[in-house]
Amino acid sequence: MNERMIHLEVLRYDPQVDGEPHFQRYEVPCKEEWVVLDALNAIKESIDPTLNYRWSCHMAVCGSCGMMINGEPRLSCHAFLRDFEGVIRVEPLANFPIERDLVTVADDFIDKLKRVKPYLIPGENKPIADGEYRQTPAQLMKYRHFSMCINCMLCYAACPQYALQPLFLGPAAITLAHRYNLDSRDGGREERQQVIATNEGVWECSFVGACSEVCPKAVDPAGALQQVKVASTLDWFREHLLPGAAK
Amino acid sequence: MAKSNKPIVWSLFAAGGTLAAMLAPVLVLLFLLAAMGHAPGLLSYAQLYAFAAHPLGKLFLLTVIALFLWHAAHRLRVALHDFGLRQDRFVAVIVYFVAATGTALSVLYLARI
Ligand code: SF4
Ligand code: FES
Repeated sequence: MNERMIHLEVLRYDPQVDGEPHFQRYEVPCKEEWVVLDALNAIKESIDPTLNYRWSCHMAVCGSCGMMINGEPRLSCHAFLRDFEGVIRVEPLANFPIERDLVTVADDFIDKLKRVKPYLIPGENKPIADGEYRQTPAQLMKYRHFSMCINCMLCYAACPQYALQPLFLGPAAITLAHRYNLDSRDGGREERQQVIATNEGVWECSFVGACSEVCPKAVDPAGALQQVKVASTLDWFREHLLPGAAK
Repeated sequence: MAKSNKPIVWSLFAAGGTLAAMLAPVLVLLFLLAAMGHAPGLLSYAQLYAFAAHPLGKLFLLTVIALFLWHAAHRLRVALHDFGLRQDRFVAVIVYFVAATGTALSVLYLARI
């Protein structure tokens, strides 16, 4: 197996000690098939144990290893070293406060996720004895790709609207709300609409589309948000122009 | 948080965008050809006049002109916001005023044909 020297420039920041974040250079021997996360692990193991970053699965499933790699939000376990030339710059995910080094504070995202009620709210309440809520493959296909989200927050780091307006609910949260709204077993759409059909909800989106470009799971959040806009617009006309329609 | 009223302007924006995507390139091409003196017979003055004088032709022209205007207005508003101009309300009033004026003028001119 081939080995080569990889140069990494990693953002370091310990809020209790450092006044400002700064970059630190590392030179680490890496195998040909390694990803950026492997290089970070090698640094932590044998060069600098004080380096902080999050990861768990090493297979693009847990969503915890997102960081800016050469300025782009990527999963570090999915960014192959062989695709980079020269010094690789590694920074914490943009648009989130830094907790320490490459670890960001995700509270804002978690809070927004909770607000859109990302779980099934049954439309009809069946007694357990009546069996499960059934769904056909066609009904599943309606929302399946929107359910692939791993909450990695890459889309928030890529979104210029979120950068400008931190109150924006953002791509993944709205997409997840949409995923449940599209589910044939769900009856919670009106509750979620109160949160997502607002100025700081889907209407803050100006369809830049960066979220869908960086999403590692092909969730296409930008597509979901445009569908939410169309559906919310139809709601609006129904609520305001049809006499007797519920507001 | 109250539901947004943006659907009013967004529906005009979306309809205008769809129409613009389909029609604008064709119109640009035809206008360029006409400007260089290559207007096909179908686009002669008499033919176009007859088209614009027909009530359905008027409706079509008004729809195209107005939706293009509202689309451009909203696009400009959002673009200015993206460029960091934070006076959204002020920008919105101006761009939508231009679109509304343009719509009113089209109605006026079309009515006189
Ligand atoms: S939508 Fe894609 S980029 Fe955004 S959090 Fe989910 S998986 Fe990550
Ligand atoms: S370590 Fe789990 S997604 Fe990268």
